Amino acid sequence: MVDNWFAGEGDDFRLLGTRCAACACVFFPREDGFCRNPGCAGGELAEVPLSRRGRVWSYTDGRYRPPAPYVSDPELPWEPYTLIAVELEAERMVVLGQAVPGVAVTDLEVGMEVEVVPGVLNEDNGTTWTTWHWRPVEVGA
Amino acid sequence: MTTEVAVLGAGMHPWGKWGRGFVEYGVAAARAALADAGIAWRDVGSIVGADTVRGGYPGYVAGATFAKALGWQGARVASVYAACASGAQAIGTARTQILAGMADVVLVVGADAAPKGFFRPAGGDRPDDPDWLRFRVLGATNPAYFGLYARRRMAVHGDTLDDFAQVKVKNAAAGALNPNARYRKPVAVEEVAASAVVADPLRLLDICATSDGAAALVLSSMDFARRHGAADPVRIRAVSTVTPTYPTTVLDLPDIATDSAAVVAPADGTFRASIARAAYEEAGIGPEDISLAEVYDLSTALELQWYEDLGLCGEGEGAKLLRDGVTASGGRVPVNTSGGLASFGEAVPAQAIAQVCEVTWQLRGTAGARQIEGARVGVTANQGLFGHGSSVVAVR
Ligand SMILES: [Zn+2]
Repeated sequence: MVDNWFAGEGDDFRLLGTRCAACACVFFPREDGFCRNPGCAGGELAEVPLSRRGRVWSYTDGRYRPPAPYVSDPELPWEPYTLIAVELEAERMVVLGQAVPGVAVTDLEVGMEVEVVPGVLNEDNGTTWTTWHWRPVEVGA
Repeated sequence: MTTEVAVLGAGMHPWGKWGRGFVEYGVAAARAALADAGIAWRDVGSIVGADTVRGGYPGYVAGATFAKALGWQGARVASVYAACASGAQAIGTARTQILAGMADVVLVVGADAAPKGFFRPAGGDRPDDPDWLRFRVLGATNPAYFGLYARRRMAVHGDTLDDFAQVKVKNAAAGALNPNARYRKPVAVEEVAASAVVADPLRLLDICATSDGAAALVLSSMDFARRHGAADPVRIRAVSTVTPTYPTTVLDLPDIATDSAAVVAPADGTFRASIARAAYEEAGIGPEDISLAEVYDLSTALELQWYEDLGLCGEGEGAKLLRDGVTASGGRVPVNTSGGLASFGEAVPAQAIAQVCEVTWQLRGTAGARQIEGARVGVTANQGLFGHGSSVVAVR
C-alpha cells in the first residue's frame, strides 16, 4: 500500500523520506520521480530517514467511523482514534499520523514531545497492514 | 478599468437535500440568473460549467451538460474542476473570455448533489492518489483537518470553544433570513455546545454539512452591459486563483505532511493569505476598503482564520474581531451575510459562485431582510483541495 514509507524495529524504527541530491530538499511521503523545489532543476532522489522525535503541532480525533478506504469492522462499535500532527525540527516539516492506541486527546498538548513507533493499521485474512504511530515520550517510554 | 466585467445576473437553486440530479439544480440556477439579467439563453456566447465529480461523466463535462439541458445553441463551452475553488475558476475563465473579446455574455453555472456524511475519495485501490491515501492510511476525514486547525488556534491564539460557537450563532442568524439557505433556524451557543463532538474540539454544529444546491452568474463586457441598459452594474474587479508557494508550511487537505522548510525559506504569509493578497493587488484595493466578505466557513474556527488571512485584523486577532461585533450584520465588515456554509452546507462546484451571488445582491441593495447598509466593495474567499485558491473582488 505504501511501500518504503517506514522501516526498522524498536528504537531503529524510522519514517523514510527522500532527499534531492541537487538541492537537499527532503520529501515525505517520499517523492521518487521529481524534486518539487521550483528553484531546482532536479536531482537524484535518495532515501533518507526522518527524525525520530518531534513536537505536537496540533491534534484531534475521529469520533465517527471514516468512510472507505479506511478499514474498520462495521460489526464492532467504533473506537475513536487520535490523530497527531508533529513538527520535526531538523526537517522543518509537519507529519500527520495516528497516535498509539490508548492515547486520547486529553493526554496531549501542543508542543509536547512525541516519537515515532511501529503500529498496526489493520489485519485482514492473515495479512497485517503496518503503519507508523506517534507516541508521547512521557507515556510508556 | 480594463479588467472589469459586469455581473448582469445572479441566480440560485435553494440548497438542501432534494434528492434530484445536479443538472436539474444547475438549470434552475441558470434560468434564474438569465431572468435576473434579462438575457435570453440564445444570446449567451459562452457557457462555463464548474465540474462535480459526483455527477459521473456528465459532471466532468458540466459546461456541455448544462448547455445541452438548456438547449444546444452553439455557444462556446468550457468545464473546469478545481475542487472547492471550481466555481471561482469558472468565473475566472468567463472573465478571461470576455476581456479577450471572445464573448460578450458568458453564463457560469455550478451545481452538485452531495452524499450524506463525510466526503470520501473516488473508489478503487489508488495509492498514487493523496486523497485516497489520507483516508486509507490515517482515516483523516475533512473534519479531522478542521479539528487540527481549531486546536492549533486554541493553543497559539487562545481562541475558545465559545468563540467558535459564536461564529455559528452569527452565521445561523444571517442564514435564517436567506430563502436560499438550507438551515433557516437561529442557533444558540448552548445548542452548539450540546451537539456531538465530531473531531475534537469541533462539534457537529461547528462543521458544515454536505448539501445539494446550485448557483449561476451571467457576466458580460462593460460595453455590452451599457448597451443592455445596465448603466451601473456590479462589476468583478479581481479573480484570484493563485497556487501555493513552495514550501507550504500549513498542513492542508489532503496532505499527510507539509513541505520541508529546512532548505528553502517559506514565503511571507500563508497560502490563504496569498489568495487574498493577489485579489487585493489585482483590484487595487486593500482590506480597509471592504464592505463585506463571504468566506469559506467549512468550520467555525476556519472563519476566524479567514479574518486574519483577509487582513481584516492582525494575526491571532480573529476572535477579538468577532467578539467586538465587527463581522456581524451591522458591524463594520459583516462576514457571511448569506449565512455561509454553516447555513448552506457544501455543494462543492456551486459555492464559490454562490459567494459572488450574495456579494452581488448586497452591492445592488437587493439582499432583502439580510441587507447591510451602504455596501460598495465585497470580497469572497475560498480554498480547494490540492492547492486551489480563490478570491473574487466585486465593486459597485
Ligand atoms: Zn532538488
